[in-house]
Amino acid sequence: MKLMNILISAFRALHRNKMRSFLTMLGIIIGVAAVIAMLAIGQGAQFSVEQQISALGTNVLIILPGAQQTGGVHMGAGSATTLTEEDAQAIQRECPSVGLVSPGTRAGGQVIAGNLNWATGIEGTGPDYLEIRKWTVEYGDFYTDQDIKSATKVCVLGKTVADNLFPEQSPVGQNVRIRNVPFKVIGILAKKGQNAMGQDQDDIIVAPYTTVARRLTWYPYLRQILVSAISPANISVAQRQITELLRMRHKLVTNDADDFTIRNQADLATAATATTDILTILLASIASVSLLVGGIGIMNIMLVSVTERTREIGIRMSVGARSRDILTQFLVEALVLSLLGGITGILFGVVGSSVISGIAKWPTIITTFSIVLSFGFSIAIGVFFGFYPARKAAMLNPIDALRYE
Amino acid sequence: MIGTDGTAPERPSNGHLIRIEHLAKTYQLGEVEVHALRGVSLTISRGEFVAIMGASGSGKSTFMNILGCLDKPTRGTYTLEDIEVGKLSRDELAQIRNRSIGFVFQGFNLLSRTSAIENVELPLLYSSTTQKDRHQRAIRALEAVGLGDRVHHFPNQLSGGQQQRVAVARALVNDPSIVLADEPTGNLDSRTSVEVMDVFQQLNQKGITILLVTHEPDIASFAKRQIVFRDGKIRSDRPTTDPRVASTILKEMPAIDEEDDE
Ligand SMILES: Nc1ncnc2c1ncn2[C@@H]1O[C@H](COP(=O)(O)OP(=O)(O)OP(=O)(O)O)[C@@H](O)[C@H]1O
Ligand SMILES: [Mg+2]
Repeated sequence: MKLMNILISAFRALHRNKMRSFLTMLGIIIGVAAVIAMLAIGQGAQFSVEQQISALGTNVLIILPGAQQTGGVHMGAGSATTLTEEDAQAIQRECPSVGLVSPGTRAGGQVIAGNLNWATGIEGTGPDYLEIRKWTVEYGDFYTDQDIKSATKVCVLGKTVADNLFPEQSPVGQNVRIRNVPFKVIGILAKKGQNAMGQDQDDIIVAPYTTVARRLTWYPYLRQILVSAISPANISVAQRQITELLRMRHKLVTNDADDFTIRNQADLATAATATTDILTILLASIASVSLLVGGIGIMNIMLVSVTERTREIGIRMSVGARSRDILTQFLVEALVLSLLGGITGILFGVVGSSVISGIAKWPTIITTFSIVLSFGFSIAIGVFFGFYPARKAAMLNPIDALRYE
Repeated sequence: MIGTDGTAPERPSNGHLIRIEHLAKTYQLGEVEVHALRGVSLTISRGEFVAIMGASGSGKSTFMNILGCLDKPTRGTYTLEDIEVGKLSRDELAQIRNRSIGFVFQGFNLLSRTSAIENVELPLLYSSTTQKDRHQRAIRALEAVGLGDRVHHFPNQLSGGQQQRVAVARALVNDPSIVLADEPTGNLDSRTSVEVMDVFQQLNQKGITILLVTHEPDIASFAKRQIVFRDGKIRSDRPTTDPRVASTILKEMPAIDEEDDE
């Protein structure tokens, strides 16, 4: 039989059984679309986490008071589990691999401007905070060493806070009351967007750490010290220098554990990618379930139609079809179905992914791998279950195929 | 003239289209053996018109299926056009079914949800011909069985008689040298039966060999030779004394038919 005739037979057969063809394709469409969309979300999450971590700067170290937490248990809280301004100054002074240092403290609270109010976090920092975090001021100024020394009541608003407290006018030069202490707004930070964990990084107020400590928290010690190494390559040297210095300053002897913790971006990245890995695995398992369900759907439809198809095969053989004509026809049918279904599935998957990223504000990445995987799997199932029963029938005597119940 | 049991009257062997020797078919149903055919021998020459009769279960369909290369005998040989069919491969058998044999089934065995013309075109899909030629031949075959106006109907939109005629058209479309018909008139009224027999007689006049199974002696009397089966064997084999001619009978029938219609 000529190829043309095979194609004619295959298309006629598919057309004749529109419902069955459609249902088979539906299984493939759902399977392919689900896998593509799910993997796109997972990959997108991973990508955005990696990007934001590298945007944070790879040479940043965060020094926290207290020993390393292992499995959530606070280990060995000694007498000197504190970080002081002097520690920060000593780091700046004595660690050659350290570039910038920003002592930090933190307060939370209600912020009032006119008749509007907003609950947010107040970050007390040094003047180098912005440079360490690779952040900039969009309007106005940032505070200076002088502001730190005299603990001036000035602050810089994150974009979200600014938008919420001053929807109509420019906040710069206005006053806000933080926990009833009046602060003068001297600047607004550039928009930074969400971080890897989905938190709004612009929902923040930064102020001199001295002011925050003396006016808001009345807590003399530092909550953290933000440090940048002079280059990403120096990060571990800087970490070692800081550790030595702080152990000495805190008078720890050889067997004492550190009473502070130094985190670097690599640690953060590991933690974050571990989270997104779990997410990707979760999504991938959902996707493989739908692929499996789609596959079972295809299988069902194909097997259910076997009786009818076996008789059809008998009729075709009785008028002169050779086994190979039958096999080619069924193979072509299965391929046409799987290809149409697979391509439609890819389209749905791609469109679905972009709809999801539009709604969830989450980047999605469609990889060749996910397309090849889902497409290949669906086609394999479609072809196998479309072809295998046909092959069996084509090996029968025509009369047995005709009599098949 | 009555032939002796189990043997055909002597004919020159080179004219034999079909030669069958000691053909047997046994079905194994678990422990039980069903002997559908128990040693059939006969010869059929080119251009014969044979009616096969016999009680239900006597093995007629089994015999026809083997002649049609749809089934294989348990024992015995079947020679068609000097080729021993038992030695042919599956593909060669398919080719014989496609080129030499037109088969009309007891149940019509049409493809459902497939128009009359597509059903009739089916054998041509498996032989090399153009789409245009295929279409024309299918139309011609449908016209030959009086279904020129039902070309695009689906089987479920056709009466039993019309479906049977589609099946006949499908058997004719490839210009086979033999037409095998298993009770082609089983579901038809007497007039339509005669019409189908007229089609067969016309084909036979063109030299096509025809074997048909029937229960009705009336129908058998259109054939030139009548074979009766009993219990998987040939009980009698004789020429029809004075075969009826369908076209003449049809000419006498219309008057009645038109009255029926009104
Ligand atoms: N596939 C089969 N398996 C088992 N037994 C079968 C099979 N086909 C036919 N038989 C048996 O073989 C015998 C002959 O059957 P066959 O169909 O040839 O009869 P028939 O002469 O065509 O009858 P009818 O006039 O009713 O069509 C019957 O006894 C039947 O039960
Ligand atoms: Mg029968």
